[in-house]
Amino acid sequence: MPNEKIPIKNPFSLQVDPDLFKPATEEEKAQQVQMRESVSFMRDALRRLSRNRLAMVCVVLILVVALVAFLVPQFYPYSYTKQDVTSKYLHPFEYSAKEQAKIDKGVAVFPHIMGTDALGRDYAIRVIYGTRISLLVGIFSALIVIVIGIIYGSISGYFGGRVDNVMMRVVDIIYALPDVLIVILLSVAIKEMVSSSNNVLIAKLGAGMVSIFMVFGLLYWVGMARQVRGQILSIKEQEYVLAARATGASAARIIRKHMIPNCVSVIIIVAAMQIPSAIFTESFLSFLGLGVSIPMPSLGSLAADARSGLNSYPYLLIFPAMSIFLIVLSFNLLGNGLRDAFDPKLRS
Amino acid sequence: MNSKFLIYMFKRLGMALLTIFLVIAITFFVMHAIPASPFSSEKAKSDAVIKALEIKYGFDKPLGVQFLNYLWGVLHFDFGLSTAWVGFTVADLIMGGFSYSASIGFTAAFIAIILGILFGCLAALNRGKWLDSVIQVVTTALVSMPSFVVATLLLLFVSFRLGWFPSLGNQPGGMVLPIVSLSLYPMAYITRLQRSSMLDVLGADYIRTARAKGVKSSKVIYKHALKNALTPVITYAGPMMAYILTGSMVVENIFSVPGLGRLFTNSMLRTDYMMIMGVTIFLAFMIILMNFISDVLYKVMDPRIDLA
Repeated sequence: MPNEKIPIKNPFSLQVDPDLFKPATEEEKAQQVQMRESVSFMRDALRRLSRNRLAMVCVVLILVVALVAFLVPQFYPYSYTKQDVTSKYLHPFEYSAKEQAKIDKGVAVFPHIMGTDALGRDYAIRVIYGTRISLLVGIFSALIVIVIGIIYGSISGYFGGRVDNVMMRVVDIIYALPDVLIVILLSVAIKEMVSSSNNVLIAKLGAGMVSIFMVFGLLYWVGMARQVRGQILSIKEQEYVLAARATGASAARIIRKHMIPNCVSVIIIVAAMQIPSAIFTESFLSFLGLGVSIPMPSLGSLAADARSGLNSYPYLLIFPAMSIFLIVLSFNLLGNGLRDAFDPKLRS
Repeated sequence: MNSKFLIYMFKRLGMALLTIFLVIAITFFVMHAIPASPFSSEKAKSDAVIKALEIKYGFDKPLGVQFLNYLWGVLHFDFGLSTAWVGFTVADLIMGGFSYSASIGFTAAFIAIILGILFGCLAALNRGKWLDSVIQVVTTALVSMPSFVVATLLLLFVSFRLGWFPSLGNQPGGMVLPIVSLSLYPMAYITRLQRSSMLDVLGADYIRTARAKGVKSSKVIYKHALKNALTPVITYAGPMMAYILTGSMVVENIFSVPGLGRLFTNSMLRTDYMMIMGVTIFLAFMIILMNFISDVLYKVMDPRIDLA
């Protein structure tokens, strides 16, 4: 014991051991350095996600599909509108008589990878355009939901009390409305309005697209708003928020800098779940003839058109069906992976 | 049935009525925002005829009066007259179509619930084994397929290629494929729901207690686990109703079933505004009713839930 070295002078002495107050050696300092570098929540979650092999396969698949959908139309030799009566209903990799004659002369003809449709249009490029529409709808809807949901949910959660009460009643009411029916109703109305007015933008996008985005902006954000509000309510009680408020930070700054970063996991999970449902809704509307306007193809309208020659030309159904299945499956599995990675408590 | 529960029920009922009212209002005003007259699409009609028709259908009155009249009519299950199917009231057409849609829809829902719970339990009890993996893969695939993909693929392979069932709904056995295509998605969804809730319950302390007391394994599963694992499935009743009703629009068209869904798509093609409004409100009513029932049932089944 070091105490024994110091003789006791009087009972009121502090009896401090001077050895304890020597500067630390380099070796001792090194021990204080953390053994493991600190890992932020985001990096931790992303590491968990990258270990999920199925989710990574889905990420790669979605990226490949997106690249194909956005790059291939730039240099593809056929356009999605070009009709050709001589090449109706060609099977995949089949050539029309005219094209066969060209090949015989030695001219290279790009094959119809997925054949052609009833009007002689190259089917591959139409499926690619349809896939592009699906991806765009999915991503833009998620963005709309994220923006509105975060703003609404964080305001409601942060201010609490009567503000929260009123804002959440509104959410409850919107939540109870049957959304798909309202999408259909709006697309019917917008389609009629487009046909009797000449708004170029709406006509170009198609009634279904406009109404989907409108309905996502009006109705679908409530799920996100609820989740964000719940998260904010619990974050509000944390000491660091109190500290920020004590140092005079404004409400907007506290929400932006302290609360939303802590809601990231909830936001990512809800947004990922939103994408497949938006893609479903768009394809459903297009199948009913309420989606994008002709001649722009959508996976839903391609499948609807394929019904007329279904028994003889099944590939017209199989290609768009496979495409939508793959996209939605990848987003679903990625969503599950994100949920597991960002919310370890929810893991089943 | 304590007073707290009654208060909850009244609150929930008020909410449902408010929602119905909003749906009627939205439907009415959205359809009336269309600038074109519902009769202008009909060919070879003079302005005088259109005017006379508008007076006959009450479209000449101020919008507010029209809305109150419409609301009053809806309360009496009177949705006005169809403009495309001349001589029929919207309510008659709806009831005619509903009899087909209801028989398909309820059978599909029944099959989905029974098979979903069964497969969900099987997967949970065989967690990690091959049966669980197979069920997981199949259900994941099924929830990634829109109803029109399932229905057209069934039509192509089962009806055209294999010839097991007719492709038209009015032939004998023709209802089988529409029912199957409507039930696959909800079945897969319920299976996943049931699997995860069953796994939650099987890990609970009272199950371990029951097993430790020496209760038979089958009794633990049926009496203790299944009963508690069923509650999350009840919450899916409302969304399932919505899925089946909107899905029937696609499926009834593919298999030519003269149900409500086909009626709805036909009235869109023929721009029959009264029909579109009537069917929308009717379908919305069914969905809201189902949501109400499932919410109340949920509270009855699980008294632990706070009656806020």
